[in-house]
This record gives sequence, C-alpha cells and structure tokens, in this order.
Amino acid sequence: MNIHEYQGKAVLKGFGVAIQEGIVAETPEQAVEAAKELQKTTGTGWWVVKSQIHAGGRGKGKIVGTEQRGVALAKSLDDVKSISENILGNNLVTLQTSTTGKKVSKVLIAQDVYYPGESPVKEFYVSVLLDRAKGRNTIMYSTEGGMDIETVAHNTPHLIFKEEIDPKVGLRDFQCRKIAFNLGLSGEAFKGMTKFIASLYKAYEATDSSMFEINPVLKTSDNKIIAVDSKVSLDGNGLFRHPDLLALRDTTEEDPTEVEAGEHGLNYVKLDGNVGCMVNGAGLAMATMDIIKLSGGDPANFLDVGGTANAARVEQAFRIILKDPKVKAILVNIFGGIVRCDRVAQGIVDAYKNMGTINVPIIIRLQGTNAVEAKKIIDESGLKVYSAIALQEAADLVKKVLS
Amino acid sequence: MSVLVNKQSRVIVQGFTGTEGTFHAGQMIEYGTNVVGGVTPGKGGSTHLEKPVFNTVKDAVDKAGADVSIIFVPPAFAADAIMEAAEAGIKVIICITEGIPVRDMIAVKEYLVGKDCRLIGPNCPGVISADEAKVGIMPGFVFKKGTVGIVSKSGTLTYEASDQTVKAGLGITTAIGIGGDPIIGTTTKQAVELLMNDPETHGIIMIGEIGGNLEADAARWIKADGNRKPVVGFIAGETAPKGRTMGHAGAIVGGDDDTAEAKKKIMRACGIIVVDSPADIGKAMAKALADDVRVASPHHHANRVD
Repeated sequence: MNIHEYQGKAVLKGFGVAIQEGIVAETPEQAVEAAKELQKTTGTGWWVVKSQIHAGGRGKGKIVGTEQRGVALAKSLDDVKSISENILGNNLVTLQTSTTGKKVSKVLIAQDVYYPGESPVKEFYVSVLLDRAKGRNTIMYSTEGGMDIETVAHNTPHLIFKEEIDPKVGLRDFQCRKIAFNLGLSGEAFKGMTKFIASLYKAYEATDSSMFEINPVLKTSDNKIIAVDSKVSLDGNGLFRHPDLLALRDTTEEDPTEVEAGEHGLNYVKLDGNVGCMVNGAGLAMATMDIIKLSGGDPANFLDVGGTANAARVEQAFRIILKDPKVKAILVNIFGGIVRCDRVAQGIVDAYKNMGTINVPIIIRLQGTNAVEAKKIIDESGLKVYSAIALQEAADLVKKVLS
Repeated sequence: MSVLVNKQSRVIVQGFTGTEGTFHAGQMIEYGTNVVGGVTPGKGGSTHLEKPVFNTVKDAVDKAGADVSIIFVPPAFAADAIMEAAEAGIKVIICITEGIPVRDMIAVKEYLVGKDCRLIGPNCPGVISADEAKVGIMPGFVFKKGTVGIVSKSGTLTYEASDQTVKAGLGITTAIGIGGDPIIGTTTKQAVELLMNDPETHGIIMIGEIGGNLEADAARWIKADGNRKPVVGFIAGETAPKGRTMGHAGAIVGGDDDTAEAKKKIMRACGIIVVDSPADIGKAMAKALADDVRVASPHHHANRVD
C-alpha cells in the first residue's frame, strides 16, 4: 500500500527522522494559512507547493493544459495562493501517470530548505528495500540525489552503494558510519546522516514497510540532514498489525473498480485491453492474460476469483469486468480442483440469468473435476456462450470471436 | 521414486482442527497420505479425524514420529508455526498460508539457517508424489503417476500443467509448489535440483512468473549441471504491467531483469525448452521426452557424452 508524501513524512518524523517541515492544504486559503504558520514555526521566507498524488516525477510534471509544474517554489504568500489555485482540483500529468493524469486534491506547503549559507547544499539518494534473493533488507544509497535512480544506475552504477542488514543483529552503528563516509560527509553533517539512517531503518522495520525511497535526502547549507521527499510503501500483509497506517489509505488514488473488486474479495487489476478474463488462481490468471495476447487480443484485466467460484462471486466478477466499456469479449478460465466444475458452471449460468443480457461474447473454459458435466450444463443452458475444455480450444475461441 | 514426500512420510497438520486444516487433512487422508496426527495448542490429548491431536509439534515428533508437517495456521501465527516445526526436528515443513508479512519471513529464513530441515512455501499449494502422498491442497486425481516432475510458483497453473502432461500420455513423479511470495523456503533451483537427482524423473516442467530472479538462477544451474534432463519452462505474466502486484505478493515486475521476457531469454540460452503459450506445456514435454534418447536408457544420465 502506497501513502502520500505528507503522510510518509509524518510517519518518519514519528521515528525521529529529520524532515522538510510542511502542512497539508485542500484549498488555496488553507494553503496561505499553512504558509503563514510555517513561517512562524520554521522562519522560512519562501515555500514549496507540492502536489500530493501517488506518482513520481511531480516536479517535472505539468497540470493538464497549463505550464504549471506539480511542484513549484513560491516566493510570496500571493505565489502560494496562485500556485495552489492552479494545482488544486486539476489533473497532474507526470511520466508515471496516464496521459490524462491524476487529480490533485491536496497540496503540501513545505518550508524552503535550499536557503543559502556557509556550505553548499548537497542532494543524496537513500532507499530501504528487500533483497529478495538474499531474504534480507538492504539500504541503497547514492551521492547522486534528486535524479531518477534508474538513470543513475544506468549511467554511473559505481555511484550506487548497498548495505545489507543482518537480521540477527539489525542495522549496526558502523554501517551507518560507513554510509555517511561513502556519501563524503564530515563534521555535523556526518553525525546528522548516521542518525538519519538509523532512524530511517528503525521506522522501516517498525512499520512493516516494503520500500522507503527518500530522494532527495538533503544536506542543508547549515549542515542539517533532512528528508525532502518521501515515498513509503507498506507491506499489505503486515497491515493487520498497524490499523493506524491502514487508516492512511487513500482510495481516491486507486482505480475505483479495483477498490470495489477488493471490497468483494476479488483480486482485480485493470489493464488497457479488449478481452476481459475471470480465472481462479493468480498464476493461471496471468497465464490466461498471456494466452489472450497470443490469440490476437489484449487482456482488459487480471482477475483472480479465488477458490470459491459460486454464483454470487461469479456475478460480481462479471459486473466488475463489464464496467470497462473497452471489453469486447470475456474469457472465463476455471481449473476445478477441489471446487467442482459443474458447480462453477451452474454458478455461471445463474449469474448470467440474474444479470439479464450480456452483450459481449463469453467463452467459458472449465477443466478439472466434472469438466464434461460442466460443459453439458453450459451447452444446455440456452445461453449465448462458447464452451471449451482444453486451454487451446479456449484460445482458438478467443481468436474466433475477435475476428 | 519421488522427492520430499512419499508413502513412508509421517505427516502432521499444524492448524489441524481449524476449517482449512480439517478439510484438507480429510482430503489428504482420503488420498492415502500417512497423516499421523495434528497440532492445535490446547487441544492435545483429543482426537480429530480419528487421529491424535498434540499440543506441540515436539509432542507430535516424540509420540507419533512425525517428520513432515503441513501448516494451515493464519498469517499472524504462521512464522511461529514454521519455527516450532523446525525446532522440533521436522524435516520437511510445507507452509500453505498466504499473507505472511515479509518481516516475519526474514526472521524465519534466518532462523532456519543451519537447521536440518527444508521449508516449502509459504503461499503454495504444497507437494504431491503421485500415488504416494499428497501434502497440500491440490486435487489429487490430476496427478497421475509417471516420469515428469513439476516445480511451480502457482497452484492452479500446476494443475493445468499436470493435466496437460497426463493428457499427452505421461504422468507425474512429484509436483512441488514452491509458492508465490517474495521470500520462500525452497527456491526454483533447489526444487529442480531435487528432481534432477531423482532417477524416476525423466523430464522437468518449471513454471515461474514475473518478479525476482529464481527462474534465471535455476536456468543457470541447469546449464552448469550439464542439462541432464529435458526441462520445459513457462513464465506467466508476459502481459503484466510494470510495478503492479499480480495476485501473488512476489509477482511484480521491478526492473528490466525480472520481466517474463528477460527470464525466458535466459532460460532459452540455458537450454530450457520455453513455451510462450501455457496451452503448450504438456505437448512440449511429450515431444522433449520422445526426442530425448537418454530416456530410453536412464542410466546414461550419469555418464553421457554430448
């Protein structure tokens, strides 16, 4: 589960991680109030207005139809107001969003941390993530902050460092020192970085996170080390331990159909294609998407109905798939193991009749326990559907209905 | 022969008296699996499905001689159940539970280092050795006895592969569901190695999906090991978008090297017969075994010269 920058920063701050201070606002008026408040508490003279959406590249991104960037510097309270007006309620397009962008309903008014001073400011990159091959957490960091890390990895891989954490003893002080030295820091900034890393890792473990990406981590001109951005992803499987973090979920950032599917216990991911599918099991569901593509179509979704493919669930799944107007055909692919195919077939027939007319061709492939009986139920139901037993037959039928 | 579980396996069920445990233990017993009891803390001394219930895994090992355990306990308690089984001396621990936090699995993985046991899963369908033992949630009838071994991250896709294999006139020795989580006990490579060393297994089906490097690691090992047996591979998720979790917690494309395309390329380069369509798995295995002269005289495996 992803959370917003302002939420991530609040979580980090709770664990003692120094952050760029800010106050979230939903209207231009709130934004101005937030700016005044920040001026009082931090002494900042300028502000940064930051769009809060779940996508990267906000700084380079633009509000649809305008030249307004998703992250902008405001040098006066009037600027705060006008920039917030430009952003709030409008769609922001970045490299990571669709071409229509994502609606911005909150802006974070943040203190300006790039103020001039005795030493030059410097940006770093720090992330914490799981090394799947080793089954251990790793801190990845670089002197090249403020840039897309994939670009850094491509152009200057020697500037990316990794520090593996031994689960027996956790992150050690010497590792924090190593990181601060490798980043070329000394004095106050060195101390600040060791504390930053230690607090950051403590937050990562305590929140059951699956990824932290802090880009940039900034050394200010007065040698403070602070998180200027925060990308925090939480392990969905760990959320049962953190009701406070679960409450940070912003469903408006997700596809509404995906949210609805989730409420019905269906694992659904919306895609861009023209053939919907309903499958039991995640692996078979991905394989079904692949076979749709090989048959000349494009998968419109991933949908795992799980082990209990009864009439109510099947009906819900059909409704979810059909919300997508691009869907020109639906392939149902169920391998009945413990669940008997004839029961699933009856569920499909009942669901279909319950829904009245479905205006796209449906291909139903039921294989496994009682597959022959299941095909008979489908064939004798009078429904306008195609039935198949072998996977190849189903693929051929997809080809046929698309042509 | 078979690997991991067989007729002699003495199986216990952790989470025996729960809904899932009860249902699947019943199915396993019906299949002929030698289930010697189960564990539910606090219910020790009673019987369930006509088998003894123990309070601890240690009791089950001491009193019933258990050496294989299958775990159905809920995600919050599953890591603890795995560690209890390992501590008690269970040799093969099969964890079906889906949804265990990654942080818990990091601890489990560390705990198991140096212990004389093997963890399969979590988030897997289990292991079946045809006609010998079913220690999992798969439909037993799909796995007819034969000479093909299966290693897979996915449940229903394993049933699909087995069904196609049987319809192609072959059968299964052992099918190992390794699980779809980011951290799992037995890797693709380790499972393939078990089957590669099983004399009754003549061919191997390796089913992977997007995310991680397990299939690439296995492919490189297969090549380094001399491609002793034909391996048919399929990777699900060619059409999956980057950065989205596709059902299984581990099925997510992170970079350029864990896409289906990248994995298949490495697998092909390592001599694996990769099929693009999941409908071709059984056919490809049948063809590979028919083409493979070594199968006619399996003793040639050890000392063949290419």
